[in-house]
Amino acid sequence: MTLTLDKQLELHRMMMLIRLFEEALEEMFSRGLLHGTMHLSIGQEASAAGACLALDKEDLITSTHRGHGHCLGKGADPFKMFAELLGREDGYCRGRGGSMHIADLSNGNLGANGIVAGSLTISVGAALSFQMQKKDNIVLCFFGDGAVNEGSFHEALNLASLWDLPVLFLCENNQYGMSMASDKAVAGESIASRGNSYGIESIQIDGNDVEAVFESVTSFKNEILTTNRPKFIEAVTYRYRGHSKSDRNLYRTSDEIEYWKEEKDPIKRYIGKLIESGVTEAKLKEIDEGVKELIRNSVKKALDSPMSPVTNLEEDSYA
Amino acid sequence: MPELTAGQSINKALSLILEKNQTAFLAGEDIGIYGGAFGVTEGLLEEFGSERIKDTPISEDVIAGLAVGASMTGSRPIVEMQFSDFIVNAMDPIVNQAAKLHFMYGGAVNVPIVVRAASGAGTGAAAQHSQSLESWFCHVPGLKVVTPSNAQNAYDLLLSSYVDTNPVIFMEHKLIYKVKENVTLNPIPKDSSYLGKASIAQEGTDLTVVSYSNMVNVVKEAVSMDELQNYSIEIVDLQTVSPIDFETIKNSLIKTKKLLVCQEAPSNSSVGTTVVSKVVESDLFNVLEIAPKLVSGLHSPMPSAKHLESTVIPQKEDILNAIQDML
Repeated sequence: MTLTLDKQLELHRMMMLIRLFEEALEEMFSRGLLHGTMHLSIGQEASAAGACLALDKEDLITSTHRGHGHCLGKGADPFKMFAELLGREDGYCRGRGGSMHIADLSNGNLGANGIVAGSLTISVGAALSFQMQKKDNIVLCFFGDGAVNEGSFHEALNLASLWDLPVLFLCENNQYGMSMASDKAVAGESIASRGNSYGIESIQIDGNDVEAVFESVTSFKNEILTTNRPKFIEAVTYRYRGHSKSDRNLYRTSDEIEYWKEEKDPIKRYIGKLIESGVTEAKLKEIDEGVKELIRNSVKKALDSPMSPVTNLEEDSYA
Repeated sequence: MPELTAGQSINKALSLILEKNQTAFLAGEDIGIYGGAFGVTEGLLEEFGSERIKDTPISEDVIAGLAVGASMTGSRPIVEMQFSDFIVNAMDPIVNQAAKLHFMYGGAVNVPIVVRAASGAGTGAAAQHSQSLESWFCHVPGLKVVTPSNAQNAYDLLLSSYVDTNPVIFMEHKLIYKVKENVTLNPIPKDSSYLGKASIAQEGTDLTVVSYSNMVNVVKEAVSMDELQNYSIEIVDLQTVSPIDFETIKNSLIKTKKLLVCQEAPSNSSVGTTVVSKVVESDLFNVLEIAPKLVSGLHSPMPSAKHLESTVIPQKEDILNAIQDML
């Protein structure tokens, strides 16, 4: 698959947007502006950007506690995301969801989920709706390596396969479920092999290679729509930051983190590739400056927007 | 007006919903060719086909989870958990997902699902197939919990649960599957205002018995015993246990000034304790002539043997004794 230059620059821009969004969050957190914790995906941008940009707006995603990248990838407005984390009325969930629960239905994001593997069965139900409504769309279900040892992972894969549901399961294997290394937690050959055991074609890819992610999701999406079979991708990646803000990284070495930052960083690698293929540094700088300005303006606008008013929260619990 | 058991009236309600709403579907264990473990979905597979009557593997977690995902995307699932004890395997999609998504996502989504399950004891099914777990769900904001006591209100409450825009846990006591009565087959209501409304199962002036689910029937038997023929007992059937209709309870207590609550479930953190506590912390405390009383199941797993099972579940004689103590 040969990508157009526009698509390549879009992939780069999206990875930059996700990284700078989360770096801005870190900065706001350190200034004491944010209430609560958050789970950053810095280092994992390629899987979110590559996967989401391979989808149409009408395709749906379900997301995880580490979901800022998925949300931005699917087209969310960073201002409304910052506003959500700041407890503002303009936030996607009017301050009720926060970092871990942003949903953006207008762009096909069914929501981030704070329960590990919580969105797998939901993605199966959404895919069932597509099947019953005879729509030519898929549901892309993001989850982490930690989710594959939950019972609902197995129930969801089994049913998706039995019922030929249009789901693309995408495991972002960042190699740690909080502190638990996935090689100590996952029995058997690999995470991808678990998909195969349910009769679902499964592949393992370099999750830090944004074009590999984009191409795999694109071709699997087409196959899902032509064969009516679910598919499974294990995208191997790495998170630089701790699980959440309280993490002291006691379960891994700084050498390991440095190795991934230096040798495997998805953005750095992609910049190298783009430059090699003839994209100028000036062009990339122009894109980066545009992203920085968007982040600056979004933060400012979010800080200026009104706090979410205290309504009758008991009534708000019901539709 | 057909004479139906609650299982048959629920079947009629499901059939009506499926006929009138193309987005509605059923999913659950053995609901297809088997017709449901209690026969409630009998005939529906033939009538509506396997695309809408979806037999599932034994996978309660994904049954509830698929309902959540489907309901967020334009479908109207009604799923069955078979024995309500199995709902424990589906607590995450019900408690963490269905109940919370509307609130958590700032009102951007609704999760209109109905989760049906067969609850309660009296059939000798023992500890893992006999529980009354409705109180668990009452504790969770975002859920509605419905507990019919007979074929007519099972029919009407199921239609209203379907119409409601919230997740509804619909607990069908197994013993009401066995009792026939004449049922008016009402049309699907325009709104779900019938949920959250108690009914007066019997009017009276001397004492109010608040109950729900099959225990309402046991209370009726107790009240019709010879010993109570000179008294006028009011029976309030809650019908929905979350939210609870305190207005009806209040109006009854203003009249009778005496409160007895009867339930099959154990009392700890239960519907019954909620009713009593809400009453005594309100102005009704001053209306009551004597302390309220709660007759509940024992704090014990359900035994299998008939004589032990009936020791755990309140019997009409237990209710009679409680009423006589209070009068």
